[in-house]
Amino acid sequence: MKLFLKYLKILLKSQLQYRTSFILLYLGQFFVPFSIFAGMYFMFQRFNNIAGWNFYEVMLCFGIIHISFSLSECFARGFDSFSNLIRTGNFDRILVRPRGTMIQVIGSRFEFTRIGRLLQSIIVLIWALTNISINFDLPKIIILILMIISGVFIFSGIFILAATLCFWTIQSLEIANILTHGGREMSQYPLGIYKKWVKNFFTFVVPFGCVNYYPLMYLLDKNNSNNILYIISPIFGILFIIPCLLVWRIGVGHYKSTGS
Amino acid sequence: MRAYLSVFRLRLMNGMQYRVAAYAGVATQFFWGFMYLMIFEAFYSSSTNIQPISFSQTVSYIWLQQSFLIFIMLWYRDGELFELITSGNIAYELCRPINLYGFWFSKLIAQRVSGAILRSVPILVIAFILPKPYRISLPPDITTLFIFIISLILGLFVVVSISMFIYISVFVTMSPVGSTLIFAVLGEFFAGLVIPIPFMPVWMQKIVYVLPFHLTCDMPFRIYSGHIPRNDALIGILVQIIWLAILIVLGQVSMKKVLKKVIVQGG
Repeated sequence: MKLFLKYLKILLKSQLQYRTSFILLYLGQFFVPFSIFAGMYFMFQRFNNIAGWNFYEVMLCFGIIHISFSLSECFARGFDSFSNLIRTGNFDRILVRPRGTMIQVIGSRFEFTRIGRLLQSIIVLIWALTNISINFDLPKIIILILMIISGVFIFSGIFILAATLCFWTIQSLEIANILTHGGREMSQYPLGIYKKWVKNFFTFVVPFGCVNYYPLMYLLDKNNSNNILYIISPIFGILFIIPCLLVWRIGVGHYKSTGS
Repeated sequence: MRAYLSVFRLRLMNGMQYRVAAYAGVATQFFWGFMYLMIFEAFYSSSTNIQPISFSQTVSYIWLQQSFLIFIMLWYRDGELFELITSGNIAYELCRPINLYGFWFSKLIAQRVSGAILRSVPILVIAFILPKPYRISLPPDITTLFIFIISLILGLFVVVSISMFIYISVFVTMSPVGSTLIFAVLGEFFAGLVIPIPFMPVWMQKIVYVLPFHLTCDMPFRIYSGHIPRNDALIGILVQIIWLAILIVLGQVSMKKVLKKVIVQGG
């Protein structure tokens, strides 16, 4: 943990070297989800609701997903540019150091500008919460926090999986974007609006439903929401990280250096 | 003119080399296309209000958008050019006995065309054989198709002439990331890439129609589906040509200005 904080300090200092660019990027990151948000706002002015969900309920979903996405992008950004480490052979250097590979890759990049995005999502979340009447009690608050944590774990898991693929392909694949950016884009609407097979895929294979759908139904007291499985589903989302870490282990074992 | 054409040809062939990357891109685009269609379908089925654009027109809009994404994305940029400017290799470019604006312009167009050819054909073919609600429909008649193609090509020129300003701005800021991000986000919103322009409220549409961004993709796609009637489409093409002329002249002028003050970086 101390090591991680040290990494953070160095990275923050290095990013602040280009101050104007840093501020512009920060602003830009604030605007990216804002334009999506504006788009959704206009859509709801035309249509009122989507499959029975009103604007603020979808905004709650949007806020949760974007908070967890930007958090995991902050942390797991190193995995996103992981193909560079592999291609240049720099992963060798990581392997010879007496620390875990995981923490070193995480520490290799940390995007502070993503905090702009985080801030925007938090504003949306608070705004949505003040406009919906949820009678909050302790379990509901815990579930809300668990949903965000679960989201962070799922997105990080996907980043790790995509990086692990690089052990075999050397190049990073655009296809991995389907699950990261595509997953974010898709899960900013409640999963219930999609077709059955999409719903099944994103419940049982990549458990986005455990973040943005089942617990959300419990929070909003939608139908049969007292099902215990719905309530504890965020925990399944957190468990998603375990197979990802296992695959990462296999990948590291499989690593052949490209030389330099 | 011949020099520009051969730059275009060379770059086109170069871009065609990256076939596997393009096919991976096709899969990604399909995912996005389906996702948007399902969202729109859910929206359409949960409201009985009459919408400004029909569902089948939206379907065509989305598939065209996905297949010509490279044509229309402001975000799609040439890292090489940024490299040139920030690393100082721009000096070599300036030695060439050719107008830099025209040189880059044809290079950028070729890049987009090669990327789009590889992706659009497979996407469109599959989009035409999909089961009913998701299938892209044919344009109402052959003239419309013809007008669509003209305005799509003009749209490509408009996009590139807008993106030239991003490259020119790097001469001043020296760091492409921040400024392009803001520029691209706003531009793509105004171009109708986030939601089709007919869904926007009227006051927003007024702003959008003053700006040139909607000419790049929203207009051609709506011409295709017949959402814009023929006479308006012809006027639209005229507007495209006027905007194109303005943008190119402005671009040339500002390019000359920054080149006068250019500082070659590094050694």
